Amino acid sequence: MSSDADKHECSCGKGLTRRQFLTSAGAGALIVTASGHLGKDQEASAAVIKSGEETKITLLINGKQFQMLVEPRWSLLYVLREELGFTATKEGCGRGECGACTVLIDGMPRYACMTLAVEAEGVEITTVEGLMKGEDLGPVQKAFVEHDAFQCGYCTPGQIMAVEGLLRKEPDPTVGQIRQGVSGNLCRCGAYPHIIDAARRAAEMKKSGAL
Amino acid sequence: MTPGFSYRRAASIKDAVTGISEGNGRILAGGTDLLGCLRDSVFTTNMVVSITGIKELKRIDETPGGGLSIGALATITEISESPVIRERYPALAQAAAEVASPQLRNQGTIGGNLCQKPRCWYYRGEFHCLRKGGDRCYAVAGENHYHCIFGGNGCYIVHPSDTAPALIVYGAEATIAGPAGMRKVSLENFFVPPAKEVTKETVLEAGEIVTAIVLPPPLAGLKSSYRKIRSRQSWDFALAGVALALRTSNGRVTDARIVLSGAAPVPWRLVDAENALIGKVPDPDSAKYTAALSVKDAQPLKHNAYKIPLFKGLIEEEVVNISQA
Ligand SMILES: Cc1cc2nc3c(=O)[nH]c(=O)nc-3n(C[C@@H](O)[C@@H](O)[C@H](O)COP(=O)(O)OP(=O)(O)OC[C@H]3O[C@@H](n4cnc5c(N)ncnc54)[C@H](O)[C@@H]3O)c2cc1C
Ligand code: SF4
Ligand code: FES
Ligand code: FES
Repeated sequence: MSSDADKHECSCGKGLTRRQFLTSAGAGALIVTASGHLGKDQEASAAVIKSGEETKITLLINGKQFQMLVEPRWSLLYVLREELGFTATKEGCGRGECGACTVLIDGMPRYACMTLAVEAEGVEITTVEGLMKGEDLGPVQKAFVEHDAFQCGYCTPGQIMAVEGLLRKEPDPTVGQIRQGVSGNLCRCGAYPHIIDAARRAAEMKKSGAL
Repeated sequence: MTPGFSYRRAASIKDAVTGISEGNGRILAGGTDLLGCLRDSVFTTNMVVSITGIKELKRIDETPGGGLSIGALATITEISESPVIRERYPALAQAAAEVASPQLRNQGTIGGNLCQKPRCWYYRGEFHCLRKGGDRCYAVAGENHYHCIFGGNGCYIVHPSDTAPALIVYGAEATIAGPAGMRKVSLENFFVPPAKEVTKETVLEAGEIVTAIVLPPPLAGLKSSYRKIRSRQSWDFALAGVALALRTSNGRVTDARIVLSGAAPVPWRLVDAENALIGKVPDPDSAKYTAALSVKDAQPLKHNAYKIPLFKGLIEEEVVNISQA
């Protein structure tokens, strides 16, 4: 490829590239520019929370504000379950591999196990509890019940949040999009066919405004 | 529970650089790789420096020359869905869409994707191997089904990033900020092969962070794609992946780039195969020839020779597909 941008880093072995030039000039292989130091306007520095020390944070969960003390290492999942009692959100792997801990952050599905609580300030957090319409189940929850979209139920809150997040972005998903949407949520019981039916049904219910 | 660390929320790039320069600080972006590494004791840190509050790192901007600058904090989802990237750098959008799961794409950033640690299971497990400063590689005589077939030298990891090969076919550069100022490094030279230094994955020096990835303007008429093969339907790292870019004039190839994922400890560019395509009509015959040439230097381990026909088939198919696209 011979765009201008490539010329200086061409590794085709033809001619003297900028990289080779710098190397042969003894400037260190990769230092291309030393274009000024970082701006003075960026001098502001931040407070440090020491390891083991607790700091006060405010989380916005299901439309309500919660203030609490947290250690830097605590995950959002730990705080939701152990500090605040939102126990619908489950811990499976703690490694970003299973999806049991899926919550919505600003409407998008994310893993609470891979999010630090101190990083979750200033965003809107939604858990399964937040999908309830008063005492009634929300449409995605209802569709999961209607379609028997679970066996042991361990993965279900995470599946529901993944589907909720998908439908907020794509109100009328294809089966392919649904498969994609729940591809980060493992179900050991193999309830996938029912989960996909439930997601379709939830889309219909949401569209018709029915609960 | 994750081992304890102090936490600093950087207010600026300079603050982040200062923060990680002290002690053994680590940058936190999306955290999808960092938290896993800390929990598995792949490494330890006394200071996590969060860069998520630095707004300028989130921008995706067109550059004056017609290229694109992607801030290090742009999420993988934002990259896969960006209309500009889909139109002008389709291989990058396709690669981003193939990364991990929807949740991890919403959370993971491009900077973190390029700086993530390898997935070798000995390395992620409790083995003090060469890459961790130990005295041997456990994979070479062990379970090496998912290890490299090119470029292994003491260590046999494959580079885990899907986006890196796609960025390399477009000649992208990383912008790096550090204690001494800013510098730029072509992404092709950003990753460190084990032959050079076995305990390092990137050229980043102490105190340095990636601030942006800059793509040059796309060549007129360039066709490009990324395709990934994994061992299961749900999320998984690449068993084999290929980023390809071709340009033809009067039916003959004038420019070619082929960069593999899942093949080597760094994104693996196939310069010989690229050169072999130049001047050819990209038909099934030249695709076959290119594919055979692509794997001729492969050095499989005991359990991963299956990758050779896999890459061969993939490259052959992709050359044909792209020329018909
Ligand atoms: C289950 C699972 C599946 C995955 N599958 C894939 C896959 O298929 N393909 C793929 O490509 N990836 C995959 N990943 C890796 C995924 O973590 C990355 O893709 C993600 O983009 C990392 O970004 P992050 O912002 O979360 O990084 P972080 O975890 O925040 O950071 C990762 C590393 O990079 C450093 N870092 C982060 N930002 C910067 C910066 N700006 N400058 C310098 N250093 C920095 C951190 O210190 C850390 O060491 C997977 C991860 C998991 C857990
Ligand atoms: S392949 Fe590399 S990371 Fe894996 S055990 Fe060997 S030296 Fe360690
Ligand atoms: S517990 Fe978070 S993904 Fe498994
Ligand atoms: S219903 Fe049991 S894991 Fe999904």
